Amino acid sequence: MKLSKFLVGAAAATALTGMASGAMAVTEIQWWHAMGGANGERVNKIAADFNASQSEYKVVPTNKGNYTETMTAAIAAFRAGKQPDIVQVFEVGTATMMAAKGAVYPVYKLMQDEGESFDINAYLPAVVSYYQTSNGKLLSMPFNSSTPVLWYNKDAFKKAGITKVPSTWDEMKTASEKLVASGMKCGFSFGWQSWVMIENYSAWHNLPIGTRENGYAGLDTEFTFNNAAVKNRLQKIYDWSKKGLFKYGGRRGDSLSMFTNGECGMWMNSSAYYGAMKAQAKFDFGQAMLPLDTEVAKKPQNSIIGGATLWVLKGKPKSHYKGVALFLKYLSSPKVQAWWHQETGYVPITTAAYKLSEEQGFYKSNPGTDTAIHELSLNQPTPNSRGLRFGNFVQVRDIINEEMENIWAGKKTASQAMDDAVARGNKLLRKFEKANR
Amino acid sequence: MTGGPLPHSARRNEHMLKRVHFKPSLLPFLLVAPQIVITIVFFFWPASQALYQSFLVEDAFGLSTEFVWFDNFIELFQDPHYLGAFQRTAYFSLSVAFIAMFSALVLAAMADRIVRGATTYRTLLIWPYAIAPVLAGALWVFMFDPTLGIFVYALNAIGIDWNYKLNGDQAMTLVILASAWKQIAYNFLFFIAAMQSIPRSLIEAAAIDGAGPLRRFTTIIFPLITPTSFFLLVVNVVYAFFDTFGVIDAMTQGGPANATQILVYKVYYDGFVGLDLGGSAAQSVVLMAIVILLTVVQFRFIERKVEY
Repeated sequence: MKLSKFLVGAAAATALTGMASGAMAVTEIQWWHAMGGANGERVNKIAADFNASQSEYKVVPTNKGNYTETMTAAIAAFRAGKQPDIVQVFEVGTATMMAAKGAVYPVYKLMQDEGESFDINAYLPAVVSYYQTSNGKLLSMPFNSSTPVLWYNKDAFKKAGITKVPSTWDEMKTASEKLVASGMKCGFSFGWQSWVMIENYSAWHNLPIGTRENGYAGLDTEFTFNNAAVKNRLQKIYDWSKKGLFKYGGRRGDSLSMFTNGECGMWMNSSAYYGAMKAQAKFDFGQAMLPLDTEVAKKPQNSIIGGATLWVLKGKPKSHYKGVALFLKYLSSPKVQAWWHQETGYVPITTAAYKLSEEQGFYKSNPGTDTAIHELSLNQPTPNSRGLRFGNFVQVRDIINEEMENIWAGKKTASQAMDDAVARGNKLLRKFEKANR
Repeated sequence: MTGGPLPHSARRNEHMLKRVHFKPSLLPFLLVAPQIVITIVFFFWPASQALYQSFLVEDAFGLSTEFVWFDNFIELFQDPHYLGAFQRTAYFSLSVAFIAMFSALVLAAMADRIVRGATTYRTLLIWPYAIAPVLAGALWVFMFDPTLGIFVYALNAIGIDWNYKLNGDQAMTLVILASAWKQIAYNFLFFIAAMQSIPRSLIEAAAIDGAGPLRRFTTIIFPLITPTSFFLLVVNVVYAFFDTFGVIDAMTQGGPANATQILVYKVYYDGFVGLDLGGSAAQSVVLMAIVILLTVVQFRFIERKVEY
């Protein structure tokens, strides 16, 4: 009696779900991302707007934790055959994704196969070059990209009598001296130090970070950032720190509070801190281009990006990929990109989105917000400045962090620390080469 | 046994034992089957997978795999950072075990002597054991955060420049304290049980002979609870080796500059952050060997001495 009731119920439930899926007939596209908080809601809005714009596909965004967790989750899911269609991967995971040729569906190929028009020239060169093969084929779709800028406290500058925002490292020194003399605890600080002070410093002065075109040309690359320019710059910063001109405040964005609470007058870090800055800083602030080391180069080259891109994974039913292609096109449309750029402080990925923001008067009413784009598009990127492609780079960044902390703690000279970082990093490169032969 | 000549009584015993044997039945096998299945699924299977993986060099997606025999292990033991993690783990584990056991012993000795409100004290002392490691870590982070922490004001006031985010020794001290704090409750429970099983008459006799509380503790109580102490030592070292992952992940993520990266954290970091599955698996196998060794020690040398 009981059993038969249960069976009837089960049959009814099965019929119902069957009907439901039959009636909807939309193809669901899974999108795993690492955007939490306000940006997570913006991601949901992009997906919802796309879903409302057509009725065949439904993009389902899922937050999988931070960048590392999202990437690990996608890899584990791939090994189990349950991968999402699209996954957001941070820039340092690029080499790992690229090497997984059987797992990723290159964006240029996807667009070709699905017959969608796709013009690479519409994208900002400094943004897409990070994710291209060495012969210019786009592998993943840029989504959120930023670049380091020099944030400065306008009120503190006024008080210290600084009239010109520093554009060279010599001017950084004199400005910092004035700031400290005016009673500030420190002149400047920076975060994401490997990205800002090694990767971008090198690109900005057109110096290689590693051999084989920063790893673009092959896995047999070796690090070379232990050169005289980098060593000299870091050693000088350490020497300045004894007089309080520089103060180290931790990894990632940990030192943001040192700038926003008025301890330090300048801060070098991502342009994407714009939103946080607006919320936290109680003073007038501005952003300027990174300082130039006049001993190393006559003029700056261009900066490189950080952030993440969307990778398409193989192994889903053929019917999904048309939807994926349409969604990626929707995502890079000027309207969506301009909105995303203005809301978050990430740079727009296409020239059209930049133009649109300009027309909408965004840069006029928010001066300085185009600094990042200017830095990125200063010159046509060279092999030294289009990005980097090293395996195991997540760990290499941690090694660089450790060795730089040794400099700031006075445990090693800049020269020793950089030599050690290169030696340790090269070991990881060999390991990656071995695993991906 | 059966081959040699047996005394008459033994033979009769054997005979009787045989007669009372149950008929072979499936039931006992069925009853132990779940346990065996659980052991196979949750221990032997993953352990064999880890062992197999440790002989491979593989990319993260598992697309290209190469069998390399012991290369991962050789590389591991040539890596000064891995050997550094060994040293750190030894230092960390022994410190955690010592602090957790010593504090618990003192607390238990005190609680053992209390007459009024003993249950309340005991309950309160057992509480921390119910807190998840991650939460314990979060609590300690709040108390010792360089800019927000309440204890940091006090430390600054007495002239200590506290910043565990930059200072490796401070970070190590902090994770040791947090990990030890969490284990005190467990140790306390065992110590107090052991102390209460000591016959009161022994202690009273000593008291009548004029021994003070300290002397009674050092000459009677402590020697009589050594089996428990020994058992706890092994349990605590194993705890420090493996269960402290949550505390470290919540507090320092192994930093600054690897100062708090102990073996179990390195397994996680290399495997899940670094995506070096072979190297991470090799480290798991080494850890597995260590825990097997510790268990053997526990059973061979310690369990004998514990009187239940």
